Amino acid sequence: MRAMTSAERVGTVLRGGEPDRVPWLLLVTLHGARELGVSIEEYFSDPERVVEGQLRMRRRYRHDCLYGFFHAAIEAEAWGVEVLYRDDGPPNAGAPLARRLDDVLRLEAPRVRDSACLRKVLSALVALKARSGGDVPVIGVALSPYSLPVMQLGFERYLELLHERRDLLARLLAMNEEFCVEWANAQLDAGADALAYFDPVASPSIVPRELYMATGFDTDRRTLSRIRGPAVFHFASARGLPLVDDVASTKAVALTASALEDVGAVKAACDGRLTVVGNLNALEMRRWTPEEAETRVKSTIAKAAPGGRFMLGDNHGEIPWQVPESVLDAIAGAVERHGRYPLE
Amino acid sequence: MPRVEALTELQHDFLQALVSLNGSAAQRFVRDRAAASSPLQALEELVTPALEELGAQWDRGEAALSQVYMGGRLCEQIVDALLPPPGDAPLRSDADRPRMAIAVISDRHMLGKRIVASVLRAAGWKLLDYGHGDADSLAARARADGLDVLLVSALMLPSALEVKRLTGLLSTTVPRVRVVVGGAPFVFDEQLWREVGADACGRNAADALAIVRRLSAEVAACAP
Repeated sequence: MRAMTSAERVGTVLRGGEPDRVPWLLLVTLHGARELGVSIEEYFSDPERVVEGQLRMRRRYRHDCLYGFFHAAIEAEAWGVEVLYRDDGPPNAGAPLARRLDDVLRLEAPRVRDSACLRKVLSALVALKARSGGDVPVIGVALSPYSLPVMQLGFERYLELLHERRDLLARLLAMNEEFCVEWANAQLDAGADALAYFDPVASPSIVPRELYMATGFDTDRRTLSRIRGPAVFHFASARGLPLVDDVASTKAVALTASALEDVGAVKAACDGRLTVVGNLNALEMRRWTPEEAETRVKSTIAKAAPGGRFMLGDNHGEIPWQVPESVLDAIAGAVERHGRYPLE
Repeated sequence: MPRVEALTELQHDFLQALVSLNGSAAQRFVRDRAAASSPLQALEELVTPALEELGAQWDRGEAALSQVYMGGRLCEQIVDALLPPPGDAPLRSDADRPRMAIAVISDRHMLGKRIVASVLRAAGWKLLDYGHGDADSLAARARADGLDVLLVSALMLPSALEVKRLTGLLSTTVPRVRVVVGGAPFVFDEQLWREVGADACGRNAADALAIVRRLSAEVAACAP
């Protein structure tokens, strides 16, 4: 089989076919700062640096995407939350906007075009699309309306809102839905080919399925239907297996498997309806030897890649700063050795 | 939620009241048990086993974090109502031994700390709440308060790695302090707690209860 471009490889898998090899979605962000020799804060302050970092990393690791994601806190920043940078990991969202549940009534959604931090991401996506030549899928990220409140309210307050104040919850989700749709479509218009729709709170690890179905699923399904491009339902490390049938009934084209789950079981549950992305353990990766990386890649591919409908990636959506480049090199080599179709 | 065979029928019913957030039923179970035996027995025979089972179910993917949090909060409220007035003898004679504190290190995500604090308090243990801090400030407070046990929660990997600096500081200033860690990085990387020099790791609130019981016995055995 002739070598496919990354775009052809990913497209083939999403259509249910077997490409030349298993697509590898390396969702790496922070390492770009190390490539360029600048601090993480300096790196994300300039979209040109992010573009250069992404292109350099793809040359090195030969993966099948360019990742326009900066960090999760950037959406919270657009809403007015302080962003706290550190020199050894992703920036963190500062104190939540709402200190009491009733403060939800005072929240106002930002407009994407008026938000300097979001415009930086859009600039990066425009440049990534232009410089990829269309051969490499460019991936953007939007936080689900159902998960964004963790940063707007804090986790405890949000759980209390879910259980005790459905009136305020409805108002917040409606506001977040409009913001999410505008933000996601702005990224697609700028050049993203697909979106990772981050929704860890939907996971049964965080709330029971019955609660999610009663409070968040309709919002997610409607939001995904209003996003004008393919989306991966991303649980950001959390378990998603019990929600496979629910996710399959949305417009999402793929979902992630947690490192805590059997990726083969997730693939079987999807039964051709969704493509599975996962599930290398991004935290353990930090101390893998090249031999361990080889073993993990080989076993993950063996479990989930036969028949297609699978893309190899980490389970979290962001490779930790502490993962050495040598491990990413080892994974890249292992994908090429063990991911060729027809599989051994 | 699947039927839990290890629990008695009463414990199971109490757990059901917790996960369905039926506060009045849960309160009634505890009050009736306390009246029939004692408040301490109500905690040990009803509240603690139910919270331990709930934590274990979360670890197995059978319960959600929201249920652990809301259940722990409800138990804390019930136990607060049972507690004797300030100045009276505490519910359990070993409530303040070991001398314990809980903190979040290096970030502001408080949910894990809140869950563990609620569960421990609901089981009758006393503990100080340090909020959040870095390795230096937590080590200084541990020394000033004469702690035996410091429970540390971390959400992000860099925060979890900061525990290594904390255990290094404590080992030179107050070596008797046992450090117990918990949080997502320790769940996803089972070797991490040893790497950062912790004495124990709790994957869930049930683990935290078991570890505190064990450390309490160790501290008592070492007491002069």
